[in-house]
Amino acid sequence: MTSMTFGRAITAGLRRAMEQDPKVLIMGEDVGKLGGVFRITDGLQQDFGPQRVVDTPLAESGIMGTAVGLAFRGYRPVVEIQFDGFIYPAFDQIVSQVAKMHYRTRGAVKLPLTIRVPFGGGIGSPEHHSESPEAYFTHTSGLRVISVSNPQDAYTMIQQAIASDDPVLYFEPKRRYHVKGEVDEAAAAQLPMGAARVVSEGSDVTLVAYGPLVPTARDAAVAASDEGVSIEVIDLRSLAPIDFATVEASVRKTGRLVVTHEAAQSGGLGAEIAASITERCFEYLEHAPVRVTGFDIPYPPARLESHHLPDLDRILDGVDCVLDRPSSLSGAVSGSAAG
Amino acid sequence: MHSPVRHPENSGSTPTDPYVQLITPDGVRTPDPLYDRWVQDIDGARLRELYIDMAVIRRIDTEATALQRQGELGLWPPLLGQEAAQIGSGRSLRTSDFVFSSYRENGVAYCRGVGMEDLMRVWRGNAAAGWDPYTVNMAPTQVIIGAQALHAAGYAMGITRDGSDDAAVSYFGDGATSQGDVNEAMVFAASFSAPVVFFCTNNQWAISEPVTLQAQVPIANRAPGFGIPSIRVDGNDVLAVMAATREALDRARSGNGPTFIEAVTYRMGPHTTADDPTRYRDDAELEQWRAKDPLSRVQALLASMGLFTDEFAAEARTRADTAAAELRAACLGMPDPVPADVFAHVYSEPHSWLDRQQEQYSRYLSAFAGEENRK
Repeated sequence: MTSMTFGRAITAGLRRAMEQDPKVLIMGEDVGKLGGVFRITDGLQQDFGPQRVVDTPLAESGIMGTAVGLAFRGYRPVVEIQFDGFIYPAFDQIVSQVAKMHYRTRGAVKLPLTIRVPFGGGIGSPEHHSESPEAYFTHTSGLRVISVSNPQDAYTMIQQAIASDDPVLYFEPKRRYHVKGEVDEAAAAQLPMGAARVVSEGSDVTLVAYGPLVPTARDAAVAASDEGVSIEVIDLRSLAPIDFATVEASVRKTGRLVVTHEAAQSGGLGAEIAASITERCFEYLEHAPVRVTGFDIPYPPARLESHHLPDLDRILDGVDCVLDRPSSLSGAVSGSAAG
Repeated sequence: MHSPVRHPENSGSTPTDPYVQLITPDGVRTPDPLYDRWVQDIDGARLRELYIDMAVIRRIDTEATALQRQGELGLWPPLLGQEAAQIGSGRSLRTSDFVFSSYRENGVAYCRGVGMEDLMRVWRGNAAAGWDPYTVNMAPTQVIIGAQALHAAGYAMGITRDGSDDAAVSYFGDGATSQGDVNEAMVFAASFSAPVVFFCTNNQWAISEPVTLQAQVPIANRAPGFGIPSIRVDGNDVLAVMAATREALDRARSGNGPTFIEAVTYRMGPHTTADDPTRYRDDAELEQWRAKDPLSRVQALLASMGLFTDEFAAEARTRADTAAAELRAACLGMPDPVPADVFAHVYSEPHSWLDRQQEQYSRYLSAFAGEENRK
């Protein structure tokens, strides 16, 4: 076991994937000498050379489209999108080309692209630097979408993503890059990519989170336990497909579901999870599932982001709602506990 | 810096800037000090083969259009008028080169060895792509305008990494040059000196929008701004197209990077069988281009060489008719896909969401067991 930060864990995973397969290439803006704006590719160009760690022109569609061509030729490109809000110029190549080529060619052409996207807010950035665009991609067949929440998963899952013959969007919660944790470097790629993880067990409420909000959800569970409420926290890890079996098993036990994400609420993953769990185990639910999410607004200026991002208290407010206790969501903001 | 090749002695066409031409519309072989050397090996026998190729793909095109009118194809994008551009370039490639084209390059696909059934599959609605790209070294044809230019540039970057002297070729139309992807492809290709040929078929019309809406200067003039040499060529002249393509491929193979070719031609028919060109262009323009027909000028040249004999004409006709008959038989004989094909190949590896939907749908279908199969 080695202690390392989230960011270093991704770097170590990338390094290992490059060592194991000479067809793995890294491409993106500033990924070479600079090591990326978040330094995730730091040192890789020095060690693997500019043919394998490629500084590209500043054109996201160009990066994605040429990666498609390289995959046609048998390479496994790992593409870095510098910030979440910069992925939109590449959207057409991702949803129309990357996602569909395997289907169109009846499996003849594999597009084993890994698309790394530093995403989410909480770092005080200007606009276009704090977005959560994951639902656009979970809605697109042919793509796999994952989001990691801790150094061990970051290390393991970047390698799983690169090894997968399917295209994978790998969403990195940028505000957690400096979080430290233990990483077992021998434990790479043992789990199937896509299995959700029960972070902490509980019996009253199932709280589903992913990426940057997993630590927040865990903190909420600790705080709730002080009030005698037992929350089971689930880290989805995979957003497409979602491991509904794990969520379902938890909800059958707790009867209550809260989903939290930074992304806007409407049409988001929370809606998908609430609907799917309702379909699968309606009779076990004691309360309608509740979403605690970012608002349906453009990402706000940095000095307002604390109002947009779900925090521990807003999550607990959602927990109160599924427990039929007074909450903003139930409309019973004031007064004593509901009888 | 590179500047586009200009041949002031040639009369040009709409738009009226000069281009490389080796056979006049009347069928006269005109000497060209720069480009003759690329087609020195094309003797009478080879010229006859090129003529037959063009006659065959014209006949395939006519037959496919008829099949669409008869309700056997959902749609067809005719290539009538563009035979020289497709055959001249397609016959310049070697097997190990890789093509990324638009939906109209059925003549190029024919040159790559795509079979008639595979050519029909998409337009009949049986599959999203017609062939295994690696058996013919041609990607599935692209509907998103210009996206394939980037794929070709990226593939060419891979060729460089492999130390190979293959080339990638991307075909797109005049309309695609307005797209960001084509421009980004030129940036990437130039920056990485990628062995790619950008083959722009300027057929004057992007559905109903004239090329003047896409470009205020000859399209070939743009590439030098990216640091890419370009050639403007008479796209109805099979020899000129071949010379330009061979020069571009030679540049790619010798490590000198990308080339941009603008083949000036004309789409004589509709954009696809779904549109009506009489709504947006006049007959006079059509007649002007009919006089520049790619087949009749080679016919005239062959005739002047004593090679367009009755026997040869009959042979060409037979080859074309045979191809058309094969095409029709392949189209009508194609089995319908089975329901499970809907779910096939979305992913390489199992996917729980899709597996669940497939299982549910298969259970749903099984409820109809004994009844007539659902289509």
